[in-house]
Amino acid sequence: MIYREVGQYKTSYVADSHTFPIIGERRAYYLVLAVAFLVVPVFLTDYWAQSILVPFLIYSIAALGLNILIGYCGQLSLGTGAFMAVGAYAVFKLMTAFPEINLLIHIVLAGVVTAGVGVLFGLPSLRIKGFYLAVATLAAQFFLIWLFTRTPWFFNYSSTGMISAPTRTLFGMPISGPSASATTVYLVCLSFVVVLAWLARNLTRGSIGRQWMAIRDMDIAAEIIGVNPLKAKLTAFAVSSFFVGIAGALMFAVYLGAAEAGEAFGIDKSFLVLFMVIIGGLGSILGAFLGAAFLVVGPVLLKILLVNQLGWPTDLAAHVEIIVIGMLILVFLIAEPHGLTALWRTLKEKLRLWPFPH
Amino acid sequence: MKMTTLAAAMAVTITAAAPALAELHFPSLSYRTGPFAAGGIPFADGYSDYLTLVNERDGGIGGVRIRQSECETAYNTERGVECYQGVRGDSPMVLQPLSTGITYQLIPRTMEDGIPMHTMGYGRTSAVNGEVFNWTFNYPANYWDGASVIINYLLDENGGSLTDKKIVLLYHNSAYGREPIPTLERLAEKHGYNLMTIGVDSPGQEQGNQWLQIRRERPDYVVMWGWGVMNAVAVQEAANIRFPMENFIGVWWSGSENDVRPAGEGAHGYKSLAMHGTGRDYPVYDDMQEYVIDKGLAAGTGDEVGTVLYSRGLYAAMLAVEAAKKAQEIHGTTDITPAMMRDGMENLVITEELMKELGLPNFGPAFEVTCQNHGGTGQAMIQQWDANAGQWNLITDWIMPDRELIMELVMEDSQAYAAENNITPGCLQ
Repeated sequence: MIYREVGQYKTSYVADSHTFPIIGERRAYYLVLAVAFLVVPVFLTDYWAQSILVPFLIYSIAALGLNILIGYCGQLSLGTGAFMAVGAYAVFKLMTAFPEINLLIHIVLAGVVTAGVGVLFGLPSLRIKGFYLAVATLAAQFFLIWLFTRTPWFFNYSSTGMISAPTRTLFGMPISGPSASATTVYLVCLSFVVVLAWLARNLTRGSIGRQWMAIRDMDIAAEIIGVNPLKAKLTAFAVSSFFVGIAGALMFAVYLGAAEAGEAFGIDKSFLVLFMVIIGGLGSILGAFLGAAFLVVGPVLLKILLVNQLGWPTDLAAHVEIIVIGMLILVFLIAEPHGLTALWRTLKEKLRLWPFPH
Repeated sequence: MKMTTLAAAMAVTITAAAPALAELHFPSLSYRTGPFAAGGIPFADGYSDYLTLVNERDGGIGGVRIRQSECETAYNTERGVECYQGVRGDSPMVLQPLSTGITYQLIPRTMEDGIPMHTMGYGRTSAVNGEVFNWTFNYPANYWDGASVIINYLLDENGGSLTDKKIVLLYHNSAYGREPIPTLERLAEKHGYNLMTIGVDSPGQEQGNQWLQIRRERPDYVVMWGWGVMNAVAVQEAANIRFPMENFIGVWWSGSENDVRPAGEGAHGYKSLAMHGTGRDYPVYDDMQEYVIDKGLAAGTGDEVGTVLYSRGLYAAMLAVEAAKKAQEIHGTTDITPAMMRDGMENLVITEELMKELGLPNFGPAFEVTCQNHGGTGQAMIQQWDANAGQWNLITDWIMPDRELIMELVMEDSQAYAAENNITPGCLQ
């Protein structure tokens, strides 16, 4: 009843290739965009922006990137944290070397740099697969972090090895550094998310996305029908790293403001983003958002509930939080191995038939 | 959808729960979980217990009660930012994150928001220059002082010369561990010892390689900048290769009971810096027992009372309370704001008489804070672990650091920071 595509006729090719073929869904999408851009900034408090929404948006970009690689192209990677570090250090070097150029351009350039590094570390994927590839990307994780902590050039020879983001403006409003307001930071991140999600969606349903999926499903068969595995795998690594690099650049420049490779972009970050992708749903754009929301917003809400509302001791709450999130991950993976996005798909099916059972 | 409504409801209740009564809010960004919890728990307990004591015994500071809040950072910078966002609107008197990484993140933010931060014996050393870092304080001592005190102690041990001695710095490979390197390098030029730096990646459970290297290099001394699990592992490894423990010296963050107990007998003779006294032999603990512990108000499980890091937390809280008293005195009001608290911290004077009055005679050094010097005197003592008695013994009196050289380094670093961030150095009025 609620989801009914009956009676929605498509009369042109353009209408047929719409991202959201169902009118209701399309309207919901525009509504979400309008609320996110117009309504949320009005009611946004600093705490909500800085602790929940901004990290959620940034992790969504990282999860989108990793989802392209793992979910669409089937190449397992454990180097996400390091690629985020590449983005962060690239944007740091760029913004300190060329302060007159706009930060947004630097962030995109940092994504391009990360794409290059990603291709380099994607090369082994041409010869090795599965778990062995995961180990090869793990090498990227350790090598890059080692490089960033031991080479003073990367952190401009600062005595502690920390990098910190100077203030940069956009239309006269600071978007990085301590004086940046929560609303501007939120809007910058949101704009990146919208553009990148649009890009990801259109890449994955175009010819290149089909090549990725062919490689994922069976690489030998894909090669026989004419998919070039070199091109498909390396483009997946490049696009994925581009996204992850932008996420790292945003994380450092507009969110954290100061970072250190080993602490902010360690192996745990790689796993966190991997869990987001798996819990959200492999091979789904929506999944990246759901996974990021679950693992970023979930713990903070739980903390607010237990500590601020119920007054529990912080250490107990922190331990309970780990247990609850861990159990929820298990429950979700057992109940729905295809991730949160599959739950949404089932719900949609049900709503389509509702109130009839069949 | 349901989640957002729930969250929105929470946001409303959080903002609505603003306090009406005059209170002084002392937040604690603590870490009771994660790989550094062994250091975070006693510090947080000591900090909280002293504030509870002031509330119970004196009825607060100048009659205004202290409100405590705690936020778990797990020594993680992202969580630290989240905690900071949570407390910044709630007029926090002073922030003490007990993490150099979080300190670096908060320095520009606290400057912007006008919230004082006290990083006692950690954080950014060049914050000593209060003309650049108006809102950051690191009295009574900082890392560079610590490095210099160790070198001065070794000079003393070696009859005034360290020429051609080989000294290894074993450091936690993070902003924290890398802090003393420039000072030690500069001092190496001055005193002619050979410095070798060996990094240990966080958290530091794996140190086989590093100690193999130390065994091969046969240094005269090993200096350690470690924290959390790294300390205990290093002491154990040193014992394993039979490195002479009396030549192994840690910074004050590598000198708690938790660091040496696991190595048992092997840790006997290990030395570390001490920026304050330790143990329950101070009169303040009589009050602590009466007003806090016996009443069941102690923070945590209460089994940390009197340990090294508990003492440090207590010391940090004591300095914060004294600064608040000073602020009340300067501004003639008991209901102080964070900005007034900053003035109190900048004019803080700790004398030996005051320490005695507070029930902590000879616990910490006497010092004065000024706008030009947010770092106190930088003195520290050396303590040595007695594994048989299971206690730390102070083996020296207060040792002065090479302040002239440190101030030179401070000026270089802070001026570079000021130039990078367009800060015109000057005192706040």
